[in-house]
Amino acid sequence: MYQAKFVRTPLDPAVAAELHCGDIVMLTGELLTMRDAAHMRYVAALESGQEPPVDLRGQVVYYAGPTPARPGHVIGSCGPTTSGRMDAFTPKLLKEAGLAGTIGKGPRSPQVVQAMVDAGAVYFAAIGGAAALIAQTIEACDVVAYDDLGPEAIRRLEVRDYPCVVAIDAQGASIYEHGPRDWRIPVD
Amino acid sequence: MREISVDVITAEVARLCSLAACDLPADVEAALQHARETEESDLGAFALDEICSNIRIARDSRLPLCQDTGLVVVFAEVGQDVHIVGGSFERAVNDGVAQGYEQSYLRASMVRDPVLDRTNTGDNTPAIIHTRIVEGCRLALTVLPKGGGSENMTSLHMLKPAEGVDGVIDAVVGAVEKAGGNPCPPTIVGVGIGGNAEQALLLSKQALRRPVGQPSDHPGYAELERTMLARINETGIGPQGFGGRTTALAVHVEAFPTHIAMLPVAVTLQCHASRHQTVVL
Repeated sequence: MYQAKFVRTPLDPAVAAELHCGDIVMLTGELLTMRDAAHMRYVAALESGQEPPVDLRGQVVYYAGPTPARPGHVIGSCGPTTSGRMDAFTPKLLKEAGLAGTIGKGPRSPQVVQAMVDAGAVYFAAIGGAAALIAQTIEACDVVAYDDLGPEAIRRLEVRDYPCVVAIDAQGASIYEHGPRDWRIPVD
Repeated sequence: MREISVDVITAEVARLCSLAACDLPADVEAALQHARETEESDLGAFALDEICSNIRIARDSRLPLCQDTGLVVVFAEVGQDVHIVGGSFERAVNDGVAQGYEQSYLRASMVRDPVLDRTNTGDNTPAIIHTRIVEGCRLALTVLPKGGGSENMTSLHMLKPAEGVDGVIDAVVGAVEKAGGNPCPPTIVGVGIGGNAEQALLLSKQALRRPVGQPSDHPGYAELERTMLARINETGIGPQGFGGRTTALAVHVEAFPTHIAMLPVAVTLQCHASRHQTVVL
């Protein structure tokens, strides 16, 4: 059986350092959604010296674009998207914008892992395709930037016991390497 | 000649889009529950527990299983004795997609142009429509919304004929290994063998329509499916790529005659939310 650790966001660096690859975690607190188009626009702003619309210092960014909320609901379904598409932008956000953590699904590039180690950041994997279940953990949702991007706008979420796994820890250990290696059945 | 109105087609496509997004077919759910019972890794079991709970929440709350409610692929098998009346068939299908996505609060994920103008079209159109003319006086419509994450892991392998069965196995297992945790395993692996490049890709997608784990009608391909599934589940990738025994739920092979110089193999990975619904009019 598995047991979960309960962690608050924004992420305390001391807590981040104690999270280990393979830990099951329930997050409570604030998350910011950003995916492909928001990353392109945010990094373009950073590179051209403009003030970005959201302060990412200490924040955890969630790679997600929810479905529209039904009337009376806070949000629609909201699971993680593939993180690898954000790899080109993540080192810059860790180094220059002060990002402390990310949530998505699937492996990250060696450049992202190195930047995470340098920054003491953590990468969480949520369960891809468990979007209706994840929606039950979201208590508030507000668009905070790039409203014109629709599902790709930046949203501030308040979550309670959001389920995920420490996929890559602040020491750079990755479940995507350890997990399959531990479970591989050698071919004769 | 039997007449079918475009209004019926629009209404049915809208209904199927809504149903597919929230209601996972029973065969897929059963395969995932079986995987949960047999999975040995703790993290794999955790992922499968979440996935199985998600299926029930989505069905009971009419919430989409996944926020990526997909690009809509429509397979239309049109009987040659059917006369579609009242307007354009393709417009009717796209109107159905737009209505279904709006009425059921599904995410619009299509952009107007892939490179030059990535503005969201706002209603998840256009759909990708594959039409075949078949015998009879019926119209069969299958709606298969496909997520971008798994579709991005699609691959085409133009093998040499001499590579044979071993070449096919290596191509398919290699494609699954390369995709790793990205396509939301456990996946259903659609394999198209033969034809030419686009035919192999189309077969690999059509293979996803088969009930999960139903073997090929051809005993040779049924055996190849079993062999490849065993090899894939030996990789240890596991649910969500966290490590474990269940990397794929099934491998489905579809084959077609090919050219003397060719052995095309296409691999389409379907995430565990294998959404598809069919109606026969």
